[in-house]
This record gives sequence, structure tokens and C-alpha cells, in this order.
Amino acid sequence: MRQASRNRIVVHVIELDALTKRYGGTTAVDGLTCTVRPGRVTGFLGPNGAGKSTTLRMVLGLHAPSSGTVTVAGRVFGSLPRGLRHVGALLDAADVHGGLSAVGHLWALARGNRIPRSRVGEVLDEVGLSSVGKRRIGGFSLGMKQRLGIATALLGDPPVLLFDEPFNGLDPEGVLWVRGLFGRLAAEGRTVFVSSHLMSEMENTAEHLVVIGRGRLIADESLTAFSARSAGRRVVVRTPEAARLAGVLAAAGAVVTPSGEETLTVTGMGLERVGELAFEYSVPLRELSGHGASLEAAFMELTAASVEYLAGDRR
Amino acid sequence: MSTTVTEGRFTDLLASEWIRIRSLRSVAWAIGLSGLLVVVMNIGAALTDHVKWFDYGESVRAGFFPHWSIDAAFSQGAMMVSFLAVSAIGAVLVASEYGTGMIRTTFAAVPARRTLMAAKLLVTAALFTVWGAIVATVSFFGSQWILSWHDVGVPITHPGALRVVTASALLAPLAALVGMGLATLLRHVASSIVAAVGLLLLAPALINSRQGWLIHVDNAFPMTAWMRLSDLSTDVPPPYLGLPGAWTVNAVWTTVAVALATVAVRRDP
Repeated sequence: MRQASRNRIVVHVIELDALTKRYGGTTAVDGLTCTVRPGRVTGFLGPNGAGKSTTLRMVLGLHAPSSGTVTVAGRVFGSLPRGLRHVGALLDAADVHGGLSAVGHLWALARGNRIPRSRVGEVLDEVGLSSVGKRRIGGFSLGMKQRLGIATALLGDPPVLLFDEPFNGLDPEGVLWVRGLFGRLAAEGRTVFVSSHLMSEMENTAEHLVVIGRGRLIADESLTAFSARSAGRRVVVRTPEAARLAGVLAAAGAVVTPSGEETLTVTGMGLERVGELAFEYSVPLRELSGHGASLEAAFMELTAASVEYLAGDRR
Repeated sequence: MSTTVTEGRFTDLLASEWIRIRSLRSVAWAIGLSGLLVVVMNIGAALTDHVKWFDYGESVRAGFFPHWSIDAAFSQGAMMVSFLAVSAIGAVLVASEYGTGMIRTTFAAVPARRTLMAAKLLVTAALFTVWGAIVATVSFFGSQWILSWHDVGVPITHPGALRVVTASALLAPLAALVGMGLATLLRHVASSIVAAVGLLLLAPALINSRQGWLIHVDNAFPMTAWMRLSDLSTDVPPPYLGLPGAWTVNAVWTTVAVALATVAVRRDP
């Protein structure tokens, strides 16, 4: 099968097939199967410790999978002699040698991959670090290191790009810039795979989402499909006759939880229906509001069962 | 494979490593200063002989040439500083890359880890061969020129003199490779340096070589090999290390260090 894929036109997809990584007794990544496609930004979402970084490291051949496979354009990345022209990656902005200048760092990497010197200046311009190119990386802020990491990823003009938590340490202007850059890279037909533990970062960035929790695939769908999932749409209703309304709504099939002396939180029933029922039974209302679950809420709900480290969790 | 040619040859990796080493200012300083220190120690030894020349007894002065003269060409202190400084620099070059996480960036750029490590070893060994050659040559000619003021300078044509210079020069690439091999295994700056210094300096110094079978253990260390090679006497009785044995010890340590680095680099960072 792999033989056949080589003869086809090379499609720069990242293919995970039952990818698994175990460390001693713990399973960091558990049978992950999905395909990351070109031409769009794919968000890689999951709570802290879900196995995002481990997965990305396996894509890059830095960690060997315990079982399963991961290929980029049909080939195992670790078997390539040089990497920069195939996959550009920013795993951790701190993965640099502080003693080198930005130019020295990029030039050494470029030279090993036979990338011309002129490319170093181009990527530094792209990320806005031209003026500090000669300065030691050790003195860079996290945001500057993040930009340098992005420059490193762009160095080989690769068809596939991986970014692990690229928004960390960026100011709002930087976040906007990165979003624009990712969109442009995807529009150029590249495969862009961006991890994050914050749904809000993905809302205006990704078109497609791969969501994992405790190493397992939870969702692999478009952002639109994902937000449509947002079950748990809540209706908040305030009335002096809370007990009577609660009975009426419950009888009509809603789940009602009192959230104050006069306030009820209703799920499983639309705002309009709650209003109709109140009118029908002549219950005076003081407030009726719908709280459509945000993407963040949808994400939290989906991954709640798989959160590795909960605040207040007894360990 | 055609992609190998367009994406980068082995020489490109050598160039890449050279750019890296050259750009690390602290390493450049360490290399320069340690080289200067070794030269100063040897020239200083010769100058001490010069200053104290007439304090030495008649018999000392008469028997000075060539064995005591050659001691100043590369002193034991200079050997120790070379081992210490160069193995530490070799260890730092590799361990700092692991310690900072830079190694992940490097491996993502060059997934062929063993080829990459081969390039690192070759560039560093070449650099320290040049370093060793300069340091040993300057030390030899400088010290022997000073001693020639008292007509006890050893010429390079003297039997064994070239061997002393060669063996002293080769201390450096050997130490660098041992440091790099241990750092690839241990991946931590401090522990790699301790391990390198322990193996190159401490262990042979602690072994009492006058005792039976321990002589054979002592013979297996590069420090012992250098002692033998930097001595002008042509033969020593077994079980002490002979000249071919001493060269063999150096060759074996070099091979093992290279093998250690190329095998240990396969372990995931």
C-alpha cells in the first residue's frame, strides 16, 4: 500500500494510524487515527497533558511510537535524510541554544539542509526579527523566541507545518499576525497543524479540529460541526413562582435546576418553548435569557471527562 | 537517492556544525584561552629552568639533556589542563544542545541522527586536532628555544621528539571525542564533565600502578599512554606499556568514544 502511495501524486497529508505511545505504565497517546489535510488550518485541541506534544514529536520522529504509525506525505519523517523542506515545525520556542544569534541559529540549520543564505533574511523579515538578527537568542523574550521558532519552521518553505502552542507569549498584535500567517500558509495549499489547549485561540484560526483527551481521539470534524455540537444550551429564567414553573417545565421534558431563590436554569429545551409554557400556565417572568454554549464551553464539556489535571483534584 | 543531493550532502552538515561552533562565543573563548594556558604552562616551565639554571647542581645540569629538556615541551600539568579543558568543551558542545532542547530543533532539521552526529564528531575532532597541533608545536619550539640558551634544547630531529609533539597534539581530539561520547550518553553538562574528568584524569591517578595486575588496568588509560609516548626512552620492560601499546590505547579510546556517540544518539531526546 505504501508502495502504491509513492507512485501517486504526493499529497502532503499527515496520517496517524492507531498511533500509540506508552511511557512505563501511562499511555500518553492511545490509538490515535486521523488524517490532517492540506489547504486548511487544522486545530489540534486538548487539555494540558492530553498528548498533543507527544503526538507532534512522534510526527517528527523525535519519539518512536510504541505502536501504530505516523507518516507525512506517505513517508515516515524520521527516515528522511533532511527535514526542513518537508516539514517545518515549532515545538517549543525554548528549544534553541541561547548562545547563538538568531542569524547564526537559522544559518546553521539552513546550511545543513542546503537552503541558501538569502532565505535566513527572508524568514527574519517575515516574522519581524530582522533588526535583532545579530543579537543572542538568550536575551530574547518568549514572544521573540516564538517568532524565531516560526521563522525556523518557514526556513525550508515546507508543504507541511506543525506548531505546538504557537500563541504562548505573543501579544494581541502577534496573535493577529500569527492567525493571518497560518491562514495564508493554508491558502497556499499547505498542511497547517496547530495545537492549543485553549478553544478561544482556535475559534478564529482553525477551519478543522482534531480534539483529543487523555491520548484518545474525541472529535475530528469541521469547526462548524464542532460548534453545532454545543449541547448543553442553557436557558435562564427568573420568576417569583419558580417552583410551579419548574414543575411545568419538568413535566414537558426539560431538565431544571434551581440556581437561586427565583432563578431556574433549564437545559434540554429551547428559549421559545420555555416562554410559551410560561405564558400557557400564566407564570409571570422577570427574566428569560438563552445562554448558547460557547465553543469554549463545548470544548470543556467534551473534554471534561478526560482532563488530566483538575484544579482541586486530590492526588 | 536523488533527494539527498538536492537537500544536502554530508559536507553541508559539516559546514552547518562549523557555523554553529564558530558562532558560540563562549566556546571560542574557552578554546582560545585554554590553548593559551597550555602554551604558557610549557613556556613557563622552560623559563623556570632558565631562571634557576645556575641553582641546579652540576650533575643536574650535566644530565639535563634530553629527558628533562623534553619535560618542558609538554608538561604533565599541560597534559592535565588539555584533558580537562578539551573534554569539558566537547561535553558542553553536545550536552548543552540536549540541555537547551536545541537537539529537538536539530533533529527535526536533520532526522538522520547518526549522520548528524558523525558530522559533529568530525568537525570537533578536526578543530581540536588543529588546536592540539598548534599548542604542541608552539610549546615544543618555544620551550626548546629557551633551553637552547643553555645548550640543552632538544631539536625536532632528535629521536622521539616528533612523537612527543604528535602524542601531545592528539590529546585534544581524543579528549574532545570522549567528552562528546559521554555527553551524548548522559545528556547533562555537569555529569558529562565529571565522567570525562573521572575517566581521563582521576581514575589513572588513583590507580596504584606499582601493584601486580593493576598495572594492566593502568595501561588501559590514555593518560598512561601519553606518559609513555611523551617519554624519550625507547623501551620499557613489560608489563609496562610499550609504544605500540600506547598508540593502540589511544586508537581504542577514540573508536569507543565515536561508537558510543553514534549509538547513544539513537535514544530519543
